[in-house]
Amino acid sequence: MKQMALALRVNGEEKPVLVSPSRTLLEVLREDLNLTGTKHGCELGECGACTVLVDGKPMLSCLLPAAQVEGAEITTIEALGGPSTPHPLQLEWARLGAAQCGYCTPGFVMSAKALLDSNPEPTREDIKAAIAGNLCRCTGYHKIVEAIENFARQRKADQAIDRSIDTTATAVRAVALEARG
Amino acid sequence: MLRLPEFEYAAPATVGEATRLMHERGGKAMLLAGGTDLIPSLKRRQYLPELVVSLHKVEAMRGVREADGRLVIGALTSLDAVAAHPAIRASWPALAKAAASIGTPQLRNQGTLGGNLLLDTRCTVYNQLEEWRDAGGSCMKSTGVKCHIVLGSKRCWAISSSDTAPVLAALGAELRLVRHGDERTVPVVAMYRDDGIDYLTLQPGEVLTEVLLPPVGKWDRSAFLKLRRRGTFDFPLLNVGAAVKFGADRIVERISVVLGAVGSAPQALDAQKFLGGKQIDDAVAVAALQAHAAKRATPLPNTDSSHVWRKRMVQVYTARALKELVA
Ligand SMILES: Cc1cc2nc3c(=O)[nH]c(=O)nc-3n(C[C@H](O)[C@H](O)[C@H](O)COP(=O)(O)OP(=O)(O)OC[C@H]3O[C@@H](n4cnc5c(N)ncnc54)[C@H](O)[C@@H]3O)c2cc1C
Ligand code: FES
Ligand code: FES
Repeated sequence: MKQMALALRVNGEEKPVLVSPSRTLLEVLREDLNLTGTKHGCELGECGACTVLVDGKPMLSCLLPAAQVEGAEITTIEALGGPSTPHPLQLEWARLGAAQCGYCTPGFVMSAKALLDSNPEPTREDIKAAIAGNLCRCTGYHKIVEAIENFARQRKADQAIDRSIDTTATAVRAVALEARG
Repeated sequence: MLRLPEFEYAAPATVGEATRLMHERGGKAMLLAGGTDLIPSLKRRQYLPELVVSLHKVEAMRGVREADGRLVIGALTSLDAVAAHPAIRASWPALAKAAASIGTPQLRNQGTLGGNLLLDTRCTVYNQLEEWRDAGGSCMKSTGVKCHIVLGSKRCWAISSSDTAPVLAALGAELRLVRHGDERTVPVVAMYRDDGIDYLTLQPGEVLTEVLLPPVGKWDRSAFLKLRRRGTFDFPLLNVGAAVKFGADRIVERISVVLGAVGSAPQALDAQKFLGGKQIDDAVAVAALQAHAAKRATPLPNTDSSHVWRKRMVQVYTARALKELVA
């Protein structure tokens, strides 16, 4: 079958590929681009293991012909962080044991990222709704919900500290200027 | 990996180009919208199109607009956008609720309203990988001649599982259909046939471009109920779309109740016959409508949960839908 030249944008980089139109984004990510962080579970749209962000929205890469996402900004788990540079959300996931076998984790983290990007202070119900399309056979979900909740709370606290440092710095600067002037 | 079969691919930017391609390739081409129904079907080798025509570049088919006091929804509008749209939520909350109940967040970002209305019928025997389907002797919706659900049946009983179809049928919404050199508008109910294989009246090569909602004010209230095993996500085991217009003294002037997932097509009940001119909680009329609903519904052992229980639930959910119309 005729191959198609596609100009994909993955994690902020141009990724030209030459593939058959019947290849899914999941296959292209894992097999052509060697981005194996995105997992394949059911491959029929039921488990969420293959979740990536397409223009910021969580979608199932197993159900998307790669040709359909040409021109879109694709974000995979690799963009968040890896073993040497984990994202704070991933660290919280590890700290709580929200990953056991870990197979579902990249998909969950991508759904969580989409939620936290659009809703920085989600309620428990918001979190449950956002991860309703991701299945986990190990953890029982509680730790996953907690990890997302903790991350959001911690980020808010950090931002408050940053703001108070900013305010203090501004005040100190003002005092210093006045003393000089 | 579960691979797709090989196909040629085209992504036209206009409806005209899409209908031309569909016309040229006759029955050998298939349309792709969000792909959340078609892609799994292709992976299971339920269809083997030569050409897949993706609609995702046809921007004119996306979004919600207002025309002559009616909301018009492009067929390519995502289910998530339908569920979140302020005007849809305000005027037709039952439609927003139905769209929000479909699949998962990911599926609602990808899946479209048009694709949901034209969703393939489903059956536990048919919705399996090729090897599994063939192992027991292929069924008539696949390559065989038998039905494994109703032994000796001449017809296929696969289920119409769309969540938006019963609501849009109850509201009396219309569909704009375009094909090479032709265009027509039909009421939603007229799109469906009670046959698991030949389940749509869509013409070969026809593209569903828009869904036209009724004028705001046609109905006072609308309702949508869905029965499923898991609260998080599941196809419907039964769903009900309903709408009512009250006259003086809260007498039912017009009423429409449509059942989904208990037949190969949405089942429009004769609700007007039973409840027209009466109070909506008239006990005798409600009981008569419940009995009529149970007669019209044909749940079979081709989906989750016992069909005997699902038949009982038809009566329960019909009564609950009426309550919801006054809640
Ligand atoms: C795990 C899972 C759970 C699901 N749960 C539900 C559920 O709870 N309720 C429910 O209703 N559905 C459910 N679905 C099915 C599906 O996701 C939705 O019905 C979705 O809306 C289909 O839309 P789509 O755009 O993805 O359709 P596609 O797969 O793109 O198309 C479906 C069919 O319609 C045709 N088509 C699409 N658009 C047009 C058009 N504009 N003109 C002409 N033909 C067209 C296609 O050729 C194809 O035959 C589920 C699917 C999965 C995988
Ligand atoms: S692998 Fe895509 S949803 Fe399961
Ligand atoms: S940690 Fe094993 S499936 Fe979720």
